[in-house]
Amino acid sequence: MSEAPHNGGEAFHTEDMTISMGPQHPSTHGVLRFIVKTDGEVMSEAIPDVGYLHRSIEKIGEKVTWHGYVPYTDRADYLAAMFTNQAFCMAAEKLGGIEVARRGEFCRVIACELNRIASHLISVGTFGQDIGAVTPFLHALRERETINNFMEEICGARLTYNYIRIGGVGYDILPETCARVREFLDHFEPIVDEYNRLLSYNKIFVERLANIAAITREDAFQYNIVGPNLRACGLKWDIRRDIPYSVYPELEFDIPVGTGEKGTLGDCYDRYIVRIREMEESCKILRQCLKMLPKGPAIAKVARKFKPPAGEVYVRVEAPRGDMGFYVVSDGSEYPYRVRIRTGSFTAMSLIDKISRGLMVADLIALIASLDVDAPEIDR
Amino acid sequence: MEAKEIYARTERKFSGKVSGFQGDVIDPNFRVEAQAIVEVCRYLRDDPELNFETLSDLTGLDLPKENRLQVVYHLYSYSKRHQIVLKVDLPRDNPHVSTMEGVWKVANWLEREVFDLFGVIFEGHSDLRRILLPEDWVGYPLRKDYVEQEEYDGISTQRAPLVEKLLR
Repeated sequence: MSEAPHNGGEAFHTEDMTISMGPQHPSTHGVLRFIVKTDGEVMSEAIPDVGYLHRSIEKIGEKVTWHGYVPYTDRADYLAAMFTNQAFCMAAEKLGGIEVARRGEFCRVIACELNRIASHLISVGTFGQDIGAVTPFLHALRERETINNFMEEICGARLTYNYIRIGGVGYDILPETCARVREFLDHFEPIVDEYNRLLSYNKIFVERLANIAAITREDAFQYNIVGPNLRACGLKWDIRRDIPYSVYPELEFDIPVGTGEKGTLGDCYDRYIVRIREMEESCKILRQCLKMLPKGPAIAKVARKFKPPAGEVYVRVEAPRGDMGFYVVSDGSEYPYRVRIRTGSFTAMSLIDKISRGLMVADLIALIASLDVDAPEIDR
Repeated sequence: MEAKEIYARTERKFSGKVSGFQGDVIDPNFRVEAQAIVEVCRYLRDDPELNFETLSDLTGLDLPKENRLQVVYHLYSYSKRHQIVLKVDLPRDNPHVSTMEGVWKVANWLEREVFDLFGVIFEGHSDLRRILLPEDWVGYPLRKDYVEQEEYDGISTQRAPLVEKLLR
């Protein structure tokens, strides 16, 4: 006769399970790993383990010339290479006291905003995919493909652009490209509504995101959360408006912020919807830039052996993943003395440990997707 | 608030512990004694008129010629829209400084990175481990005198230069 199974009582005890998630989990946006302690489906902690994509880009900066470093910055965040290009070039220009060609500034903004749309498309597309909606991802990639074609027209590369150079941009934007970008905007703006119908207001999607992993403003300051993630907490803060650079002060655009419209302020849904709205704002900026594009050279004259005077500078640009800081030190030689890249994903990752406590395992995926962390940007 | 005034206020409060204000550079900065850095930062955060809510960046800088390591703090205030740069000088052979975790939590990871790449020890840090490199990596790569180990875990870290082969 077999014994009856234990279904409770003192003989039955539970213990937390430790699971290694990654380093190749498809929902982890690059090579990331989490050490997750769970009690059933509820996590007691999720400790991020990063560094799998460390390529010592900061050290390389000390070994190559100022001009020669620009292609390396592409690799720091390959989904938004324009912004790393621009941040480094701005740092070099500030140190060297170089004035950027005015047409070059507009070319930069056009390229950057196209890149922002492409990056946000990946972000919201993979967001849907992580939650289980595969179709929106394909729609997002379809539009991104068109932007990649523009990038190819503008600078010859589809991912690692090396387009923005010290003093301006590498190649002028042709009028034909401008016309095609305008055509694309006419096509793309209604597509955003299509996404909204398909994904943003989908009941299942909203319920998976609303009230999940809300970040308070205090936490955002303590952990230095930046960019769309910070704006989702309700703070109207955008480097383009608040610490202006390039020609952004001449352009009109809104700064979308989270309002807690489907749940709590600063929850996953707010972080998602801020990105959707930012794409609309980028379209507005692009239209203005295409109209205002002045005539003239696209790049200022800069010495080939560029040697900025000794000094140091910290520049910020508003990248798709927030405030990207380049701390560059020059000792007056042909090579940068030190290049430091501070990225939004790195600080966002450090918050996950705190915010994930008590969440379900499936919500961790929503949290990672909503923070839009990007492994190359974390590890550099 | 102007950087000059931020420095003047800090100096009034912590005279003798802060020095070397540089105001006519791109990013104004001043030096803080290593023992006082946490107090100074807590003051800069909590004073209602300075109100530095966040630590934008914390990083290292190796200066072997002067035989020191610098830890550089970039502070930013969203409400007052001003920034200041603080620097702490440490001896190269034994760099120790207190952790900033109690003031801004983001310091946890930023300090781990500086520990990983520069070898600065942050006293009182809750979890001072390497973050980007493997635990058993030898040396601190962002130091100027760093020499890469020839192999790691049986894998060579060197590669014959491709161009020279082609030129031959």
